[in-house]
Order: sequence, then structure tokens, then C-alpha cells
Amino acid sequence: MKAINGIGVSPGISIGKARWLNKTKAVATGGLLKNEEDILAAIALFEAAVRLSVEEIEALLKEREASLTEEETAILETQVELITDPQLNDDVLALIRVDKKNTNDALLEVVTNLVELFENMEDEYMRARSADMKDAGDRIWKNLHQYQNNAQHYESDTIIIAQELTPSDTISMDLRYIAGFATQAGSSAAHTAIIARTKGIPAVVGCGVALNDVNEGDLIVLDGQAGEIYCNPDDNLIETFGEKRNRFIQINGELKQLKNIPANTTDGVKITLSGNIAGVDDLDAINDNGGEGVGLFRTELLFMERASFPTEGEQFELYKQAALRSKGRPLVIRTMDVGGDKDLPYFDLPVEQNPFLGYRAIRICLDRPDVFLTQLRAILRASVFGDVRIMFPMISGVPELRAAKSVLEEAKRQLSLSGIPFNAQIKTGIMIEVPSAAIIADILAKEVDFFSIGTNDLCQYTLAVDRMNSKISYLYDPFDPAVLRLIGFVLDQAAKHGISAGMCGELAGDPLATKLLLGMGLKDFSMSAAAIPAIKKIIIATGLDDARHVYENVKQMDNSETIKAYLRGL
Amino acid sequence: MIVNNYTILAAQGLHARPATALVKLAKTYKSAISLKKGEKEVRLNSLLNLLSLALKGGEIVSIVIEGEDEMAAATAIDRFFKEELKGL
Repeated sequence: MKAINGIGVSPGISIGKARWLNKTKAVATGGLLKNEEDILAAIALFEAAVRLSVEEIEALLKEREASLTEEETAILETQVELITDPQLNDDVLALIRVDKKNTNDALLEVVTNLVELFENMEDEYMRARSADMKDAGDRIWKNLHQYQNNAQHYESDTIIIAQELTPSDTISMDLRYIAGFATQAGSSAAHTAIIARTKGIPAVVGCGVALNDVNEGDLIVLDGQAGEIYCNPDDNLIETFGEKRNRFIQINGELKQLKNIPANTTDGVKITLSGNIAGVDDLDAINDNGGEGVGLFRTELLFMERASFPTEGEQFELYKQAALRSKGRPLVIRTMDVGGDKDLPYFDLPVEQNPFLGYRAIRICLDRPDVFLTQLRAILRASVFGDVRIMFPMISGVPELRAAKSVLEEAKRQLSLSGIPFNAQIKTGIMIEVPSAAIIADILAKEVDFFSIGTNDLCQYTLAVDRMNSKISYLYDPFDPAVLRLIGFVLDQAAKHGISAGMCGELAGDPLATKLLLGMGLKDFSMSAAAIPAIKKIIIATGLDDARHVYENVKQMDNSETIKAYLRGL
Repeated sequence: MIVNNYTILAAQGLHARPATALVKLAKTYKSAISLKKGEKEVRLNSLLNLLSLALKGGEIVSIVIEGEDEMAAATAIDRFFKEELKGL
């Protein structure tokens, strides 16, 4: 048995027989055309191949009209445009006429150049279009050689193994028989990944040369979540994965049905479930899982994976993309939260005895108003593209909050003076993650539009437990009565002062805590996208009266073990 | 000749699908229609040339239309950039 690792791009387990998708290799022949007659024949051949290719796609579009998705139709329409493109046509004809290349060689050269052009583009999405170009070229080439591109016939539970899959490959497949895809090349933005996710077929891409060890007909177990492939596994493994597959199908089926169901409690109270993101691409997963907007956009990744502070323009571009892709739903952008365990390679953070109690997050921002102002200006500029909100991390008291707000006012003033548009009424809130902030929630509530409770830091600061220290990790427990009491107080004070209070820490996505949090009055949960369906499932089965009852009971308990045992037993 | 400026209001930029739609639309008119980004100008009869500009969301482009049906073409292209593009 052999294990092969790749990138899991479409979750699910598949067990089936390997089938290599081999393609005849297109190679240049080097033969040159001799005279005008040859040239005219070569041009005629190219034109015939283009015509046949277009007819082929049009027939496919017509034949499968009912079963093709909008996306597949769009892919085929794009291919028609590429095949008939005047630039492609001119380039091929120039090579034939001027360089006397034969049709095969001229076509291959032009397509190779175009594929390279796309591959070298900066934008990942555009780079992935190189596969579309290659696909269009392949189709012309196939027709050129009068290759019969008949739809392939597959047995059920076939796992397709390929170097890379093109739209024509997958569209001409009868996907009912395909249990999985494994490719050597690819990224999660590639065609294979997109089609696999759309069709719910498990897929692993980017397996590299290791995939060469798979032979035609080998028994394959493929885990599209973990990105693992097992070739000729033993019976134990097959059984384990068989169970895993059944469980996945069952749970996925149940959770999928929840996607478009509103997250209302049984007594009709609307609960908002949003997602935590670290980059623009994470937004797709929120939509796929039925989330509504972004409760926490962690911007530090933008600062971490680079060699210098990002410019205002770079940040603006990113926040704007996120705002546009949020389509009018809330997008809460948290200002830079570095320090603690998050280092910046280009910014000399001092080595400290207690980094979590030290120079971090808002404290750095207030010390470096240049960096802070740049980020705030970028966020404000993006605020005209959606429901953008600003959130300050690590606020520990009123003076700190006022200082942050005055930098925000300065950013607004600068933009106004320059005539740059922004939302002057942008909602501004704070993370409640330092105990001192939780304790004076009633005072802070008068200063901001919203709170978001960060349970991870709130827990470590309240219980004096370094969450990076494994020796004392048993003490780190958000179900501790002290932590719960702080959360309860914050929610009460927010309600009393008429501002909204959400939660974006791990606890919001912990199914064990959901009923309790509802009972405490939490109406705004933000979590990693994958956690949304499971939390929604609990919410739509819970009434607020029941939830309040749970909270009342928990309040009587004096330690987290008792509390967790009680919650597990519900 | 009609010249109009537009901001690309699509987060992903003018990627394959909207670009295909724009080229298909432009081809339905007799007028010569081209798109300018800075110094670069491409005829809107070629998807490849359009894609090679790698137009990003927020970028500003000019559309130049010249020919007998330029009024109709300008109206349709205006609708494309202002309304249809968002849905693609």
C-alpha cells in the first residue's frame, strides 16, 4: 500500500478503480511548406479544424442543453471565442505564410505562446485560464488530426487519474460514473477543483510525480478533504474509509439542506451566523456554508507574508475586493493584530518576557500612527463598496479607545480634504478580549457601535493561562464560570445600551456552547466557515426559553467540568 | 465616434466569462469597437487580446466606438458595464 499526498480541493471520500486519462501527445514535426499550394492547403486545413471544433462544441451545447450548468455553458462559450479568435487566427496564418510552418507546428507554437502568456499573469484567476487556452488548442489539434473525440465510456466508481484535467475532458465525461479525481498538477482555483466542488466529487490535486506509481485498474481510496490517496489499500483501511464515506454522505446531506434555511430559533428569533476570514478567497466558503457576511476579517495575514508594510493602495485593493464580494453583507475588518504570537519579518518587534501582555495589536498601532493611519484610510476608502465596519482589537480601557478613534477621525479628515469618498457613518466597534474591557462594558458601550467578544484571548487573560504553554493548557477553558460571567455581563450591557454584541472567538463555533450562548442573549455568531452548518443545525432546533433555562442552570454551577458535562447531556 | 469611460465593477476583474460576453456583444455590431487601458488598445473582436490586458476590478477603461450603428452599440455596451457585468 502506498500513501500519496496532494491538495484536497473537494471534500468527501471515494473508493474506486484508477483510470488514467491519457492523451495523445501533440509534438512539432518540423516539416516546412514548400510552395504557395502547400501554404493554401495548410491554411485550409487549419480553417477546417477550427470549423470542426466549433461545430463540435455547438453540438455538445445543443445536445446537453438541459443538463449543462450555467457555468459549463459559459466555459464552452468561452472556448468557442478562443478557437475562433482573430488574434489566434492571424498568428497561426502568419507562421504558415511567413515562416512556412506546417499547420500542426504553427498551431502548437501559437497555443504554447498563449498558454505561457496566461501562466505568467499576476492574477491567479487569470493564470488558471491557461488551462482554458490549452484546452481550446487541444481541441483544434485533435480535429486537425481528425481524432474522434467520442465521449469516453466509464464503469461506475471510476477514479480519474490525470496530469491535469481540462474543461473538455470533464464535460465529455458522464460524471455519474466518476467517483473521484486525482491530478498531478493543479491548485484549488483550477478547473478540476471547481468542477469537482460544483458536482460534489471528491478530488485531490497537486499530487506531483508520486501519482505515476498508480497503475490502471488499481484500487484507490481518496480523501478529498485531507488530500490523501491510498493505492491498493488493505481491507482494514477500506473498511475505515467506507465508514468514513457513509458518515460524510449522511452528514453532508443533512447540513447541505440547511444552506438556504435562515438561522432562526424555533420561536422565530433571527440569529446571524457569519464567517471569520483571513483573506478574500475565504469568502466563497462562507457562502457555500450558508453564512451571512464576515464577522471578523483578520488583516494580519496581509501584513505577515511579505517583506514590508503593505501600502495604502495594496490594502485598499484587498478590502475593496472583500467588500464587493461580500455583496452588501456586513464585513467587519479588524485592524492589524500583530505581536503576541504573530511576528512581522520586517518590523523589529522587541523580544519580551510576556509578549501577550506586551507590545501588541492596538498598542503597536497607537505607537505607530503612520502604520495605523494607512490601514484606516484604506478601510475607509473601501467602505463605499459595501457594508464595511471597523473593529479595534485588544482595547483595554477608555483612553485607548478614544486614542484609536481620534486616529480614525484624522483618517476621515484627510480623506474629506482630498475629496476621496468614504462612508462617514462607518460602524466602529471593538473586540472585547481583555478582562478590563469586559468589566467596563457598560462604559465602553457608550463609545462604540458594536462589541465582538474574542473568547480566545478573553479566556487566557481572565484565567492567567498562556495558551501557547502546553504544560498548563488544561487550565485554558472558556467554559470556566469566570469567563462565562464576563461574557454574560458584556452581552447584558450591550443589550441595555442598545448596541450589538457578537462573538468571533472559537467558542462561537463550538457546538457544545451554542445553546448556552443563545440563552445568554448572543444573536451574532462568527466562526470559521466549515463550522456554520453544524451550529445552524443546533440553533434551528432550539427555542430561546429552553436556552435561557440552560443558562440559568449553568449559572448555578461552580466549575467548568460540571458545566461541560451538563451541556453534553442536553 | 463615441468614447465612454467605465470602471470595471467586478471583484474578480474582467475574467473569462464577462470578457466572453463583452466580445460576443461587440461582435453583433457593425461598428469598430475597441477598448483602451492606458496606452494599450485592443479591438473587441478578440477575447485573447481582451484577456491579455488582465483587467482588474476598479480599473478604468475607455471604450471607443465608430461606425454606422455606433449609437446602438454604445447603449448596449453602457448597459453591459453598468448593469450586466455585476451579474456575471
